[in-house]
Amino acid sequence: MATQEIYYIPEGSKWPIVGTLSLFVTFLGGAMMFNSVDAGKYVLIIGLALLTYMFAGWFADVIAESIAGKYSKQVDVSFRMGMGWFILSEVMFFAAFFGALYYARMFSIPWLSGEGQGGHNGTHEFLWSSFQASWPMNVMPDPAKYTQYKDVVPAFGVPAINTALLLASGVTVTFAHWALKKANRTALSAWLFATVALGFIFVYFQAGEYAHAMNDLDLTINGGIYGSTFYLLTGFHGFHVTMGAVMLAVILFRSLKGHFSKKDHFAFEAVAWYWHFVDVVWLGLFIFVYWI
Amino acid sequence: MSTIAHDDHHDHKPTGLKRWFFSTNHKDIGTLYLIFALTMFFIGGAMAMIIRAELFQPGLQFVDPQFYNSMVTVHALIMIFGAVMPAGVGLANWMIPLMIGAPDMALPRMNNMSFWILPFAFALLLSTLFMDGGAPAGGWTMYPPLVLQTGDAFPFLIFAVHFLGISSIMGAINIIATVFNMRAPGMTLMQMPLFVWTWVITSFLLIASLPVLAGGVTMLLTDKYFGTSFFDAAGGGDPVLFQHIFWFFGHPEVYILALPAFGIVSQIIPAFARKPLFGYASMVYATASIAILSFFVWAHHMFTVGLPIKGELFFMYATMLIAVPTGVKVFNWIATMWKGSMTFETPMLFSVAFVILFTIGGFSGLMLGITPVDFQYHDTYFVVAHFHYVLLTGAIFALMAAAYYWLPKWTGNMYDERLGKIHFWLSLISSNVLFFPQHFLGLAGMPRRIPDYNIQFADFNMISSIGGFAYGITQLLFVYIVIKCAMGGKKARARSWDGAKGLEWEVPSPAPFHTFETPPKLTKKVLESLY
Ligand code: HEM
Ligand SMILES: [Cu+2]
Repeated sequence: MATQEIYYIPEGSKWPIVGTLSLFVTFLGGAMMFNSVDAGKYVLIIGLALLTYMFAGWFADVIAESIAGKYSKQVDVSFRMGMGWFILSEVMFFAAFFGALYYARMFSIPWLSGEGQGGHNGTHEFLWSSFQASWPMNVMPDPAKYTQYKDVVPAFGVPAINTALLLASGVTVTFAHWALKKANRTALSAWLFATVALGFIFVYFQAGEYAHAMNDLDLTINGGIYGSTFYLLTGFHGFHVTMGAVMLAVILFRSLKGHFSKKDHFAFEAVAWYWHFVDVVWLGLFIFVYWI
Repeated sequence: MSTIAHDDHHDHKPTGLKRWFFSTNHKDIGTLYLIFALTMFFIGGAMAMIIRAELFQPGLQFVDPQFYNSMVTVHALIMIFGAVMPAGVGLANWMIPLMIGAPDMALPRMNNMSFWILPFAFALLLSTLFMDGGAPAGGWTMYPPLVLQTGDAFPFLIFAVHFLGISSIMGAINIIATVFNMRAPGMTLMQMPLFVWTWVITSFLLIASLPVLAGGVTMLLTDKYFGTSFFDAAGGGDPVLFQHIFWFFGHPEVYILALPAFGIVSQIIPAFARKPLFGYASMVYATASIAILSFFVWAHHMFTVGLPIKGELFFMYATMLIAVPTGVKVFNWIATMWKGSMTFETPMLFSVAFVILFTIGGFSGLMLGITPVDFQYHDTYFVVAHFHYVLLTGAIFALMAAAYYWLPKWTGNMYDERLGKIHFWLSLISSNVLFFPQHFLGLAGMPRRIPDYNIQFADFNMISSIGGFAYGITQLLFVYIVIKCAMGGKKARARSWDGAKGLEWEVPSPAPFHTFETPPKLTKKVLESLY
């Protein structure tokens, strides 16, 4: 152990408590809205505004400390671990929805149509004995309760283009990283810009596709288990892409301001990791939701 | 040795409210966690008293059934998410940096947020007691379709769960980063105290399981308000799907409650047996195996919902398998005591009681894990007896042991040993009077979560209620002991217990506000003298 640097312990900070309050107000507003309280939406908006304020302020502090050189290598490792394990928790969040998708396809739909366990215990016979399994399941066990849709979004249309866009953005963000390591600032900003643009184009296409599905195909979130898994999986993913693109935009802005050095650019890497994570989730979506 | 304790001359603390609201100090945040947990233990306990009062006699006495069910549900949520988990994280905050020679937790600001979320999340949850339709009453397991009938409380319940999940995940990330990144140079992973080990492994469980619960309750929310049909067979979903998601989280969750308790007694028993922990490495591997296996046993909570026979068999055998590493642990604790020069101060008493009573809970768990017999036991008071043995005489007893063991380090004073012993014996007797008869009630068929019961169950219920009230009152004594200890008493030495080993005993008592600002130098010789 040659030289021991002192691990930087920040002074007391108001951001954690502001963050807590902002989340509290946001949740409160949301819950009020679900209970049809009019004031709910204002509470929600205040909460979200506070949340934005907190993120901006907290990160500004961290950036200032980083620029002031307060962070040793060891602090950097803590940040890396923090980001890595956070992404794992996100993976597990998506796992719940993928799990629901597989469960519906492998168990609940076949059972409702009388296969295996469902034939065994009378589920099929006593509930909806005319129900036939299919995927995408566009005839509901109880057609009165959920909306029937005309068709689903085919994989090899917009979704395939979106796959290409996201994969390309994974490449451009890597090019940006290489440029940063070579201290080529212009290339860094250019590749970052390309990545942000690809991200937002993805979101734009996705929104268009939602409109098409809802208006032309009658495929809504009310469309039984297919509609449920389709909208929640793609919806949460789309939300993550949007967040990721906003974070990338912040990184672009910072790199234009001259932040980051060849060696020291954890924020860049953290966002890049996040972006790759979003990318991988999309591949899962493309294969299991759209394609097979 | 005391050279390790680098006593800081400028031990400056922030003052006033800022010290607590803006804290970045692991000891202050640990204290906040512990006080919060104790408060919630009493709120949840008060609800338990209402439940036991209602069950004192057959018939409906004090509360209406809906409110009774709210009490059962909120009691459980408070005890699990408000008392046991925060107490564990509080201990982790206080002790892990001291045990591994770190200046603080790796991410001190996030640490503060993990704590402050808790009171706000519980404000969301407890506010539902005053709402239209009352507090959630469908059980802490939140099964649809029943839970979807919750009144205005519903979105508050869901968001409280999300909020608590955020807190726990941040806490877990912090612990992992601290343990892997902040150990004093020279301390290898296999030299860490067992409490540290159990907490890293618990953190993995938290990170892998809580987001799944968050996903599950999100689906409940969309099923109720947005017209999805995840849990509605009419749209191709299945209510049983929720049970799979819930218990995929839920079984690891029970180890989230139990593993830190294992860590605590693994610190305390060697200290009072004055012998090193028997089979250190096997303890680490056993803990890890329990954690891994805990992701493959979830459906033992669902044996009666109509799973395919292959599923029933798989989950039964997987459940039996967990008994193996658990047996290793119990064996090691006993072997540690074997031929030790034992003394029985309060922490040791609670720890020995833990070993015995947790094992009783483990055995009734094995019984429940056998599919065919679970058809009889499921949803009876036998289950209630089982999980209270592992949670109350298990987790809570270990937390009590930890409090007595480390109070001298926290406050600088010894607690009143005589009162501590009285607290122990009263707790031991009353909790067994409270929960042991519930085994008989369950085997005879008394269902859980019901405010009334058949006349034949009257005697055992009355005994159980008397035990419950006695246990509840006894805990007030604990508060008195803690306050008395914080106010004064015999001064504690740095090494408050003769047999206590580890870095935390090398710093003065009370531990100064900042410790190990420069890491201690751990040579091989120093490390050997530590264990
Ligand atoms: C203060 C001592 C305690 C007493 C007297 C007590 C009593 C009770 C009673 C009477 C029930 C209702 C059983 C039913 O009818 O289904 C219950 C449920 C429960 N308790 Fe406790 N309890 C205590 C402490 C704890 C602790 C420390 C924990 C956890 C760490 C805990 C966890 C639970 C859980 C998970 C349930 C199940 C709730 C449900 O069915 O949804 N209890 N308790
Ligand atoms: Cu279990």
